[in-house]
Amino acid sequence: MAVTLTEAAAGRVKDFLQKRGAAAGLRLGVRTTGCSGMAYVLEFADEVSPDDEVFEDAGVRVIIDKKSLVYLDGTELDFAKEGLNEGFKFNNPNVKDECGCGESFTV
Amino acid sequence: MALLQISEPGQSTAPHQHRLAVGIDLGTTNSLVASVRSGVAEVLPSSEGELILPSVVRYLADGSRQVGREARDNAAADPHNSISSVKRFMGRSLAEVLATESNSPYRFVEGEGSVPRIQTASAKVTPVEVSAEILSLLRKQAEATLGGDLVGAVITVPAYFDDAQRQATKDAARLADLHVLRLLNEPTAAAIAYGLDEAAEGVVAIFDLGGGTFDISILRLNRGVFEVLATAGDTALGGDDIDHLLAEWMKQQAGIEVKDNHGLNRHILDQARAAKELLSECDEVLVEIEDSEYEWQGLLSREAFNELIEPLIKKTLSPCRRALRDADVSRDEIAAVVMVGGSTRVPLVRDNVSDFFKREVLTHIDPDRVVAIGAALQADVLAGNKADGEMLLLDVNPLSLGIETMGGLVEKIIARNTTIPTARGQEFTTYQDGQTAMALHVVQGERELVSDCRSLARFELRGFPPMVAGAARIKVTLQVDADGLLNVTATELTSGVQASIEVKPSYGLQDQEIEQMLRDSMDYAQADKDARSLREQQVEAQRVIEALDAALASDGDDFLQADELSQIQTARAAVLAVAEADDHLAIKSAIKTLETCSEAYVARRMNASVRKAMAGHNLNEYER
Repeated sequence: MAVTLTEAAAGRVKDFLQKRGAAAGLRLGVRTTGCSGMAYVLEFADEVSPDDEVFEDAGVRVIIDKKSLVYLDGTELDFAKEGLNEGFKFNNPNVKDECGCGESFTV
Repeated sequence: MALLQISEPGQSTAPHQHRLAVGIDLGTTNSLVASVRSGVAEVLPSSEGELILPSVVRYLADGSRQVGREARDNAAADPHNSISSVKRFMGRSLAEVLATESNSPYRFVEGEGSVPRIQTASAKVTPVEVSAEILSLLRKQAEATLGGDLVGAVITVPAYFDDAQRQATKDAARLADLHVLRLLNEPTAAAIAYGLDEAAEGVVAIFDLGGGTFDISILRLNRGVFEVLATAGDTALGGDDIDHLLAEWMKQQAGIEVKDNHGLNRHILDQARAAKELLSECDEVLVEIEDSEYEWQGLLSREAFNELIEPLIKKTLSPCRRALRDADVSRDEIAAVVMVGGSTRVPLVRDNVSDFFKREVLTHIDPDRVVAIGAALQADVLAGNKADGEMLLLDVNPLSLGIETMGGLVEKIIARNTTIPTARGQEFTTYQDGQTAMALHVVQGERELVSDCRSLARFELRGFPPMVAGAARIKVTLQVDADGLLNVTATELTSGVQASIEVKPSYGLQDQEIEQMLRDSMDYAQADKDARSLREQQVEAQRVIEALDAALASDGDDFLQADELSQIQTARAAVLAVAEADDHLAIKSAIKTLETCSEAYVARRMNASVRKAMAGHNLNEYER
């Protein structure tokens, strides 16, 4: 089970991690909330708990709790620009349905 | 799908609930908007990719408006309708503006109240409306860049802005449909950008040399809160003066005497500015004047440039001295010096300031952006995108706020160290039958008795319907906004009658006084507790006796034997006797005794009133 980062995403993440400093890595996850069931978590990680899986991809230390990993397996994290706006995007093959804006989803 | 940003641990937002907040540097000459994304504060670009928006609004005859670069570029051709430096008119009356702006090109006219209006081709506009145009454009720019609506903005203002100027800035934000999370002092924003708020305490100096103005501020950091100790400056000193000086030198060198050739003057001034900017990096630059009439080239070394501008730079040092004196701190006490404003890029400025304060100056954040970046960092915290612990340090209510209750006691509603903005409410009731008004006394402090606390305001809630004591429900809400303004509202819930008042709690309070008030509350903790218990029992004794007297007067003779009455009178006298003394336990037990020997009387009254209510009614009526 694993997730991957695109080159663009890895570059930005490394940049942000370095600017913030003192982080254990990047935490990805899912939470049960939102208009369509689940929502993504994208955070700096200050600590790693025993329930976490830690792996490296494209030079980024990614931390995912075991419960979330089930929903994120095979996901690719991308960085995209839409007009002036820019940010991260989850390309998650497990998603069956998502709300209009894609911020929450069901599997 | 929506684009996500990296949050702080545990601060991921629910879908559609992103708390987008920005910091806005609303400057006299230029304005910027910045935001924190994925943990990094950065200035947001316009759709043309520009980071800096000139603070100029041009009103056209067809009712349309130009804001920013376009307006600035047309300002020379259309001086009456292109409003720049509007910040100088904010919160000022027409009389004040006319006194200081005698040679301004704008046509000031009278409006409603004393607010000045500027007659333009399309309308008469107020300074607030002009500022709102700038803020509105920045808001749209930010919303396009961040991909959503803003929950609010932190807008920076000069430390010396008074209440009227701050209020005008807030009004402008409201017109621009922008929620103000907080107005932040510009020097404080610069200090925050450099993370100086993370230190425990210390005194810092902010040296701000912009295009046209110079400000020096001395701030003291205490438990994460910046206090402005002193400000000084020169409203007519800045980078533009350097440009003019250099332009004069060029003309002199080239042997040109131009008085009224605007195009040529503009050209020389542009060359001078370019040379100045280059000299921050290079030791020597080639300056040239190229015109249909004149042609000249010359070399300018940094040394010669420094010599030329030195007198101008030295002029910044006497306000520095004055600020230090006003703040009553010595140069050695300054822990950090922050450089703000484009003109602080000039090496000679840095050297002079560094020599003056005898320390390295902070320059690594772009001095044009540092204020906006600090405001963005603050906005991020205020919008709730940081862990709670970090918020606590930022701005707290220094002393508890409460309401006076019967017996001169304080009911604390907002506890000390509560992070602001905050709002807390509590319900109170009436003390006497038929009461239709209530006096509210707002106090500040940690002690239990009103007399030991600081009185902030008094107001009255009038005109609610008469009810028996204890039936009215009066909700008192204390609300402290991010600028420390306290708003107290009292509402009688059954009738909806409302009254409110606004005060500034920290006004006029020195740090030492706050500290003293806190220390007293510790020292007198036991005494205060006893005093509170005593007052509570005294109020209770008074209430019991008043109720008893009323009852005895109406039907004492009907229900009581002479010996019972005298027993009650004895117990009543006992309560009165101890009520004035200071033993709360004695009062409590005397009240208890009085209640015990009145029990039979109370029961008889109760039965009688039930009988009276039922008299003349058939039992069947009650069985339905």
